[in-house]
Amino acid sequence: MADAVIKCDSVYKIFGANAKKMLQEANGNVDAKTFQENGCIVGVNNASFEVSKGEMLVVMGLSGSGKSTLLRCISRLTDATDGKIYIEGQDLLSLKNKELIELRRNKMGMVFQSFALLPHKTVLENIAFPLQIKGIKTEDSINKALDMVKLVGLEGRENYFPRELSGGQQQRVGIARSLAVEPDIWFLDEPFSALDPLIRKEMQDEFLRLQEKLKKTIMFITHDFDEALKLADRIAIMKDGIIEQLDTPARIVLNPATEYVKKFTEEVPREKVLKIEDVMEKPNKENLSDLKVSKDEIIENVAEKILTQEKSVAVTDESNKIVGTVRPSKIIHTVFGGRKNNS
Amino acid sequence: MELLKKYPKLFQWFFLLIVFFALCFAIDVPETYKFIRGQAEFIKDPNQSTYTLFGKEVRYYAFDVLWRLPPLLGWLPIWVNDSLFFLLNEWMPMEFWNEDLQEYKTRPLVLQITRNITALMTFLIELIREILLGGVKTVVAFTSWDWIDKNPWAELPGLPWTIVAAGAVILGYKLSGKGLAIFAGLVMVYISVFGQWKPSMQTLSFILVAAPLSFIFGLTLGVMAYKSKRVEKALYPLLLVMQTMPQYAVLVPAMVLFGIGDHAAVIITMVVAIPPMILLTLLGLRAVSPEVIEAGKMSGCNNWQLMTKVLIPTARRDILIGVNQVIMVCFSMAVIAAFIGAKGLGWNLLLALNQLNIGLALEAGLCISMIAILLDKMSLAWANKQEDYFGNLTFFQRYKNTLFFAGAVLIGIILSYVGSFYLKDGYNYLYEVPHNKGISTAAFWNKGVDWIWDTFFQTLKIFNTWLITEVLQPMRALYLRMPAVATVVLVVGAGYIIGGIRSALVTAGLVLFIALSPWWDRALVTTYMATFGVIASCTIGLTVGTLCQQNKYTTKFMLAVCDIFQTFPSFVYLIPVMMLFGVTDTSVLIAVIVYATIPATRYTIEGLRSVPPALHDAASMSGVTKFQRLINIEFPIAFPHMMLGVNQTIVFALFMVIIGAFIGTEDLGQYILKALSDKAGGGKGLILGICVAFIALIFDNLIRTWVQKRKKHLGID
Ligand SMILES: Nc1ncnc2c1ncn2[C@@H]1O[C@H](COP(=O)(O)OP(=O)(O)OP(=O)(O)O)[C@@H](O)[C@H]1O
Ligand SMILES: [Mg+2]
Repeated sequence: MADAVIKCDSVYKIFGANAKKMLQEANGNVDAKTFQENGCIVGVNNASFEVSKGEMLVVMGLSGSGKSTLLRCISRLTDATDGKIYIEGQDLLSLKNKELIELRRNKMGMVFQSFALLPHKTVLENIAFPLQIKGIKTEDSINKALDMVKLVGLEGRENYFPRELSGGQQQRVGIARSLAVEPDIWFLDEPFSALDPLIRKEMQDEFLRLQEKLKKTIMFITHDFDEALKLADRIAIMKDGIIEQLDTPARIVLNPATEYVKKFTEEVPREKVLKIEDVMEKPNKENLSDLKVSKDEIIENVAEKILTQEKSVAVTDESNKIVGTVRPSKIIHTVFGGRKNNS
Repeated sequence: MELLKKYPKLFQWFFLLIVFFALCFAIDVPETYKFIRGQAEFIKDPNQSTYTLFGKEVRYYAFDVLWRLPPLLGWLPIWVNDSLFFLLNEWMPMEFWNEDLQEYKTRPLVLQITRNITALMTFLIELIREILLGGVKTVVAFTSWDWIDKNPWAELPGLPWTIVAAGAVILGYKLSGKGLAIFAGLVMVYISVFGQWKPSMQTLSFILVAAPLSFIFGLTLGVMAYKSKRVEKALYPLLLVMQTMPQYAVLVPAMVLFGIGDHAAVIITMVVAIPPMILLTLLGLRAVSPEVIEAGKMSGCNNWQLMTKVLIPTARRDILIGVNQVIMVCFSMAVIAAFIGAKGLGWNLLLALNQLNIGLALEAGLCISMIAILLDKMSLAWANKQEDYFGNLTFFQRYKNTLFFAGAVLIGIILSYVGSFYLKDGYNYLYEVPHNKGISTAAFWNKGVDWIWDTFFQTLKIFNTWLITEVLQPMRALYLRMPAVATVVLVVGAGYIIGGIRSALVTAGLVLFIALSPWWDRALVTTYMATFGVIASCTIGLTVGTLCQQNKYTTKFMLAVCDIFQTFPSFVYLIPVMMLFGVTDTSVLIAVIVYATIPATRYTIEGLRSVPPALHDAASMSGVTKFQRLINIEFPIAFPHMMLGVNQTIVFALFMVIIGAFIGTEDLGQYILKALSDKAGGGKGLILGICVAFIALIFDNLIRTWVQKRKKHLGID
């Protein structure tokens, strides 16, 4: 892909004293167990993928599967043990310290799970911090920070200290801070995990609204499949440092590449993932109802409408041409069938 | 048997005590033994034994090895002394350019280095002192004596006290507002009106050099230790010893290296003040969460920005405690360093105490304490200061403090100028109130002391005699009655039971060092006084702390009281006790108790406060009374933290016992004091100090190990 913003090429990250040597000896065949017996912990194991401009890649996996480590490698908060990482075509690992700092100052933003705000600075100062580090004049940076405060809806709390804010508010500050330098690439490491469900939902909606406006290239880590489905263009599923599958949500659910992914996605409500086009049939001559649905609709959103029909429903594409049909019984089957207990 | 299975440690302790007492009874006091008053090295007594090591002859009274170990380390002080002498006078002679003589001279390297440091310190102190009080030395340093003779106008006149006072008020206002400004004003006026201006400014100039330097060095070393494991490993044991070494003991070797005077005082103060600063910096930096560091990196910080803008400010709380400690130590040393010639309030205080002029001592002590509290509050306010980005300030608002100060300078100069006309024949009070020409309440206090003595003489004396004959002397005799071997077994056994082989080895090393030094008997006396103090302090601290903790306001109040008392230089505590009990052991012990009660109270309150409120509620729900809850829930959980308080109490108590030598005791402290006036005292002072430090470290090791295990067991941390 020409416009790959992030490109990883067999990236390894192994913790431990003699990680490099062991990796060479393993010759690309890294087995987490044998490494562990030798005192090394495998963080990321042979990760290769690309993220293109404006895309949102969500990384999922159980705790300890290496999601954060992968993100840290790509932001070079730790150095990958082996492999190549390119950011907009630049070889990240060969960058000098100065160039790396430049890159971070201008291109990258990151939001942390535990907010990681500076406790001695107010909301405003926290947000202005990356700007001031860049050497921007105090007045300009404060003005910019004020804009950011508005963007995340924290007006009136500019002079609060982080300890005086709720979790949701603190994370808004974290988001505003990471956006202050207008980065092209945005890393988010479980940004909403520490929040309660209500606030989380609110923040997700706001996040989507922001992304609609800003169109950044995003890597987003989460534990929560619902969250992933809501946000992702593509999802990567990790286990023990290996990326088991990286694909669109629908394809991951429909064609799990490995047993693990299958188990991982078993509980996922299909109607939330699949689109009409995934369940439609070839157009045929049978009697259709008056209802028409777009092939790009998520099933959940139109299921109720379809189920009120007795006949099949026509499926249209963007130009309103009929490209297929879908039977209500198929919807019922998708929503209630096909799971492990009643298939 | 059930009991033993349940508490295997109990059995071990029991066994240890049996062994200890068995040894005590089995080993008889040798008939020739008496508590030796003289120093073995100086008296030639045919009854003494000698041995020679590294060409040093060591004399000592030999007893049964089980009773007192021979002082196999007796050569150490002599050897340290000789090494110091050698370093200073013979090692690595080099050519150095001498400004005064305009020629090259040969000098040993170390001597040259110490001379250079001395010159630098002296210059800094003189600079500040002459800004405050006037003088010529600073100008001379840049020109020459001849030049100043020809140009007498260049002599620094010194600031009138009104200007300094106004400066302090404005600074206080700028840093934290009205409250601090008023306090600053009161302190300054008090100092001036009571005629303590000159010594106060001398002390201040000494502190304004020592405190910032200690802060900078401590912070830098702390950062270095944070960045490099190797630096940390090298520093750590040194820091431990320095933290527990009584401040007195550092005086002696420093005097050998740097001579006497203000500069030596500054250097010693730095030696004492830097270790806690390093430790607290390190502690604070370690506690910064890794995500905050990563956030800093992602914001594009380079290493310097990461350290100065992220790490240090985030670790601010601990670093501030460090600053607080630095200031405390500086004021404490301002008095102690008077022993080696630091001028100022400390000197006056010592002098007054020596003459038993309690009133004068009280005034000087109050002065020091007030300046200490003021600086402490100012440094705190400075660190907590917030910038205001919103104010659309006019020129006047922006520079109002500077303008006010300029105004104050002008008015101050005019006032003192006017004063020089009106108060022609006497003193110009508007310029400076001379020492002892201000209002003095000394007479009043002295009368008060006399009155107390007249009125309560009988009561005090009865109490005093009772305490000494019924409690102190028997206790001391008991301590001295312990055979060395039994004591060593007890200490090492305790180490083994609490912390296993490792602790046993560490404590063995520490206790053997003391046992093999020539001062085992003194160490026992020091320990007995400290023990008495610690027991009393802990009892009081525990009671007061627990009572105060029952109520939010009393808690706050008590912590504030602890804060203020902690800021008092340790020597100040001797004043009131001497007022009441004169020059006796009782005085020392009461000072020890008062001083050591501070950490005991503080840690009790903090420990009880750290009990999670959920546990409170859970306990209340299960229907226990307040008292039951205290006994069954709060104390067990708060106990580890309270034990850390005991640890601090021990260190504080030992410090005060050593300082008590000034009143007259017979322990290690007295020997340190003697070493001060001994030409060859450097080595002795150092080793004596190390002995005291080791006493503290034995308890420190035992308590810390125990606390760690206990905390793990309780699942806190
Ligand atoms: N600095 C480190 N040193 C050693 N091992 C590490 C380090 N950081 C992470 N690991 C190990 O690497 C593995 C992956 O950790 P990582 O933090 O990437 O997991 P994660 O997927 O982000 O988990 P979580 O969802 O809990 O955040 C874990 O086994 C962890 O123990
Ligand atoms: Mg993680």
